[in-house]
Amino acid sequence: MNATSIRDLLAAQPVLRDLEPADIDLIAGCGHNEVFPAGAFLTHEDDQANHFFIVREGQVALEMHTSTGPLLIDTIGAGNLVGWSWLFPPYRWVFDVAAIQTTHAVVIDAACLRDKCDADTAFGYRVMKRFAQVIVDRLQTTRVRLLDLYGAGNAG
Amino acid sequence: MVPEMPAEAPTIANVTGSRAPAGPMVPARYRVTDHRQDNADTVTISLMPIDDPIDDPQPGQFTMLYAFGVGEVPISVSGCPRHEGVLMHTIRAVGATSRALCRLEPGSVVGVRGPFGVGWDVSSAEGSDVLIVGGGIGLAPLRPVVREVLAARERFGRVALLIGARTPEDLLYAEEVERWRAVPDVHVEVTVDAASRGWNGHVGLVTALLDQLPITPSLTTSFLCGPEVMIRVVARDILEAGSPADHIRVSLERNMHCAVRQCGHCQLGPLFVCADGPVVTWAVAADLLAVRRW
Repeated sequence: MNATSIRDLLAAQPVLRDLEPADIDLIAGCGHNEVFPAGAFLTHEDDQANHFFIVREGQVALEMHTSTGPLLIDTIGAGNLVGWSWLFPPYRWVFDVAAIQTTHAVVIDAACLRDKCDADTAFGYRVMKRFAQVIVDRLQTTRVRLLDLYGAGNAG
Repeated sequence: MVPEMPAEAPTIANVTGSRAPAGPMVPARYRVTDHRQDNADTVTISLMPIDDPIDDPQPGQFTMLYAFGVGEVPISVSGCPRHEGVLMHTIRAVGATSRALCRLEPGSVVGVRGPFGVGWDVSSAEGSDVLIVGGGIGLAPLRPVVREVLAARERFGRVALLIGARTPEDLLYAEEVERWRAVPDVHVEVTVDAASRGWNGHVGLVTALLDQLPITPSLTTSFLCGPEVMIRVVARDILEAGSPADHIRVSLERNMHCAVRQCGHCQLGPLFVCADGPVVTWAVAADLLAVRRW
């Protein structure tokens, strides 16, 4: 699949909707399309974070191994991005990421995008702002979940 | 001289003496006909009247259930006689009375007062899209809404049901939810706070799924019930998506005792939740729920 069609795929994703077309072009130049069958791992905990993912169709789970088996931390569906470990050293994944359903994703080469962000800091700032928004949203929902909303003390 | 004992000792169930005049403070006796364990701490009981039945509740109304000798608590109706043939309540064991109610087996007798309060007014949503969001035990008062919407599916626009639970094992009405999911043109999503591998639903807060639902917020009537925090964050997101505040209905939970606007235990600002609620619009609830109580 060529960069033009990757660009069209990315432009349709809600998570990138605030970015300018030229910014989408730059990101698309670092991306390729990939399909992960249900049960396949996109990445594993402690792997080098050389990529991140923008889910187009399907759903993935962030998992962490425990002594009683893997626990699902979060699920991420179409239109959302997966992974920000690529942004900061040591560039290592903190969770396993597994496809719950057949998942179509645009895979973005992290080093490629970091280089473009460093070369064009205005672009880098816009990308960082977009990622920061995603991180803030996830942090806020995680904090609400920490309240154990559906526990006995919060019976609704 | 020892008095002769009657053949059958009087019990709450078989006493036939004259009852006190009927009124909102007089419980009617109902017999438990079914007891279903929904999850570790939640039970659904089905009731049939021994005395004259209470009026058929509207979805969203509640009754006062009396566990004889223990106490009385407000419980939302989770199944209406006109839908189910029995009166149903889903009860979570969180205190002495609710634990006693959860222990009731078929044949047991309870007292029922009601129905009380303002319901969901489902029929007023006809013609619009419908969003139903239930978190935890909050799905119970919404179950009659789902039943009512599905019974007259053609009268509503697109229908989306979003359910939050602590874990997959805590999900209420799991088999029924799967039947709802199988209904054409009804969009059902379930999300939990934690799960093990093998769970094929979502993990995360219910708000994460709102923008994926096939509804038009500005044309949607929403019914929200669950923990107050969940109601606030969901209502805020729906509002931001373009839904008018008076098209968002929420069920408030307060400490109802008398259920007839007398005791004041359930007062929330100017509202007596037992009579003015429990269902109110977000236009009414937003400022009241923003008040810091401590």
